[in-house]
Amino acid sequence: MAQMTMIQAINDAMRVELKRDEKVLVFGEDVGVNGGVFRATENLHAEFGEDRVFDTPLAESGIGGLAIGLAVQGFRPVPEIQFFGFVFEVMDSIAGQMARYHFRTGGSFEMPITIRSPFGGGVHTPEMHADSLEGLMAQTPGLKVVIPSTPYDAKGLLISAIRDNNPVVFLEHMKLYRSFREEVPEGEYTIPLGKADVKREGKDISIIAYGAMVHEALKAADELEKEGYSAEVVDLRTVSPLDIETIIASVEKTNRAIVVQEAQKQAGVAANVVAEINDRAILSLEAPVLRVAAADTVFPFSQAESVWLPNYKDIIETAKKVLTF
Amino acid sequence: MASKTKNAKLEVASQLDAVDKEFQTFQILNEEGEVVNEKALPDLTDEQLQELMRRMVYTRILDQRSISLNRQGRLGFYAPTAGQEASQIASHFALEKEDFILPGYRDVPQVIWHGLPLSKAFLWSRGHYQGFENTAALNVLPPQIIIGAQYVQTAGVALGLKKKGEKAVAITYTGDGGTSQGDFYEGINFASAYQVPAIFVVQNNGFAISTPRHKQTAAKTLAQKAVAAGIPGIQVDGMDPLAVYVAVKDARERAINGEGPTLIETLTYRYGPHTMSGDDPTRYRTKELDSEWEKKDPLVRFRKYLENKGIWNEEMENAAIEQAKEEIKEAIKEADQAPKQKVSDLISIMSKELPSNLKEQYEIYKEKESK
Ligand SMILES: Cc1ncc(C[n+]2csc(CCOP(=O)(O)OP(=O)(O)O)c2C)c(N)n1
Ligand SMILES: [Mg+2]
Repeated sequence: MAQMTMIQAINDAMRVELKRDEKVLVFGEDVGVNGGVFRATENLHAEFGEDRVFDTPLAESGIGGLAIGLAVQGFRPVPEIQFFGFVFEVMDSIAGQMARYHFRTGGSFEMPITIRSPFGGGVHTPEMHADSLEGLMAQTPGLKVVIPSTPYDAKGLLISAIRDNNPVVFLEHMKLYRSFREEVPEGEYTIPLGKADVKREGKDISIIAYGAMVHEALKAADELEKEGYSAEVVDLRTVSPLDIETIIASVEKTNRAIVVQEAQKQAGVAANVVAEINDRAILSLEAPVLRVAAADTVFPFSQAESVWLPNYKDIIETAKKVLTF
Repeated sequence: MASKTKNAKLEVASQLDAVDKEFQTFQILNEEGEVVNEKALPDLTDEQLQELMRRMVYTRILDQRSISLNRQGRLGFYAPTAGQEASQIASHFALEKEDFILPGYRDVPQVIWHGLPLSKAFLWSRGHYQGFENTAALNVLPPQIIIGAQYVQTAGVALGLKKKGEKAVAITYTGDGGTSQGDFYEGINFASAYQVPAIFVVQNNGFAISTPRHKQTAAKTLAQKAVAAGIPGIQVDGMDPLAVYVAVKDARERAINGEGPTLIETLTYRYGPHTMSGDDPTRYRTKELDSEWEKKDPLVRFRKYLENKGIWNEEMENAAIEQAKEEIKEAIKEADQAPKQKVSDLISIMSKELPSNLKEQYEIYKEKESK
C-alpha cells in the first residue's frame, strides 16, 4: 500500500495496464515527454516508449478518430482529452461514432476505448475548461460514464474502464487531483463499473452525489449529524449506467433523498436520478426528492467560480427542506 | 527529397520538393537590425516607426507586469507574450480600426491596441463578466480558448464584410498547434471558396505547450497549407517587425481589392511558459534553443534599426516604459473597482430576455445575495 493522490492513482492505473497488456496505448496532447498538463502520464513515456505513449497533433477530433481506428485494429486506446471543455471538438467521434459501432456492426467491432479527461470547477482554469458535461455523455446510449471521487476508486475504476470492451468516458475532477491522499494498493485491482458506493451510512436521508460533490456531501453530512440528522452519502461513481439497485436500497432505507451535482440544473444526471427514484420508490418517500445543482448559466471561470459552484451549505439547506417536509 | 520506393509508377517526391521550394522566409531586417531586402521596405514615416517601437516596448512591459500580477494573485489566466511582439504588434500595426480581429488566448495585446481598455483586459483575465461588456463597437471578439474556433468564424465575419461592401478585413490568429485542427482547414477553405477579405495568421512559436512543431505535421512549412485551400501562403520572419508589417499590409490590400484571403505564418518564439498555470518549459525546451531565439529578439533588432536611423534613443525608450508602468497601475486600480460577482449577475447576462428557468433562479439568487 502507498499513500497516493488521485492523480498518482490514475497514473499508476495506466502504468499497471500498459505493463499488463501490450495492446494498451496512451496518447493525447502533451501526454508524452511532458507527462500531460496535470502530470497524469508522468514518466509513462520514459517507461514504455514512444510506441505506447505518444503525443498527438493538436486536434481532438483527430484523437477520437485515431482511437476508433486503433480499436478497429485490435488495440486498446486510452486517449486523453486535455480538458473536457474541449469535448465538443470530438463529440462526433464519441457520441456519433464509437458509441455506435457495436450496434452498427452487430457486434463485429468492439470499441475498448477509455477517454480520460479532466473537468470540474474550483481550480481557476480559463474559460471552457472546467464545465461539467457528463450529462451530455450520459444521454448517449453506448457509452459508460465514470467519475471517481477518491484515489482508491480512481485506480480501480480506471483499470476496469481500460479492460472494458465498450467505450468509457472517464472524467477526473481537477479539484480532486491533489486535494488529498489515501491508501491505494500497489499492482492491479478493479472496481466494477456501474456500481455505486455508500461512502457514509445513515438513516434519515440519502444524499446522492458524484465527483467533487461527494466531498461536499460528506461535509454536509457531518454538519447535519451535529443537528441530530443521520445522512447517508451515496457516491454514484458511474453516472451511466446508473446503479439503480444501490440508489433504491438507500432511499428505501432513509425514505428521503436529495441529489447533488456540480453541473447546471437543467436536464442532467441529477434529474435522471430523481426520475428513477420516482419511477421505482415513490411509495417509500416521505418527501419529494430535491436537487442541488448550479444555476443554468454558462460555467463562469476564475474568480466567479467560487460563488457559482454548489457547496456543502447548499446541500444542508436543501437536505433540511426534505428532512422537515 | 528522394523517394525510397523503387517501382512506383508515379513520381511524387518532386511534387513536394516543388511546394517546399516556394515557401522561403520573408525578411527585411536581419538580427542586427540591418536592411537585407531594400525593395520590400514599407513606406512608414519616422513617427510611425517610433510608434511601432513604442507599442512593442509597452507590450514587453505589459507582459512582465502581467506575469508578476499573476504571481501575486491579482490576475487570473495569462498567456505570456514576450518574444512574439513583432508577430503580434507589427501585424496589428498594418490594420485599420474598421478591421475585425478574432484573437487567440495569447493575443490580448492586439485587442488592447485595437481599443479594449487595459482594465477590461485584466477583468477578462480574472474571469469577470464585465471584461467584454459594451465592446460591440470595438471590432474584436474575446480571445478564443477553443483552438481553431476563431478560424472558421473568421470566414463568416469576412463574408459579412464582403456582403456589406465594407472596405475592411477580418484577421485571426492561431499558433502552430492550431493548424492541426479541422477548424483551421475549414476556416481557410471557406474563406477561399467565398473569396472573402480575411487574413489568417499562424504564429509559429515552435511549440504547442510541450509539443514541438515537427510533431504536428510532416509539412515543411505551415504557410504551404494555403496551397490546398487555393490561397496565398507566406512564411515570414516573425521576429522582424517590418517583414510582418509588410506581409499583413499586402494581404490586407489584396483582401480589400477583392483578391481573397491570405495565410501568413510568422516564425517566432515565446520566451516564457505556455501560460501561468503551471507550465514548465524546461521539461521540453533547452536553454540553447531559448538563447538562440533571444538573439533574434524583435525589440533589439528594431531598436538598432531605429537608432541607426537616429530616430530612437534611451530617453524615448524610458518614456515608453514609464508610460506602460503608469497605465498598468491605473488599469489594475480600475479593475479592482469592479463589483464583486454574484450569481444573479451571471444569470442576467445569459440573454436579453431570460427564459423561465433563469427568471426563477434569478429571483432566488437575488434574494439570497441581498442578505
Ligand atoms: C480545442 C482545444 N484543444 C486543446 C486546448 C489546450 N491548449 C491550449 S493552448 C494549447 C497549445 C496551443 O499551441 P499553439 O497553437 O502552437 O499556440 P501557442 O500556445 O504556442 O501560442 C493547447 C493544446 C485548447 N485550448 N483548445
Ligand atoms: Mg505554438
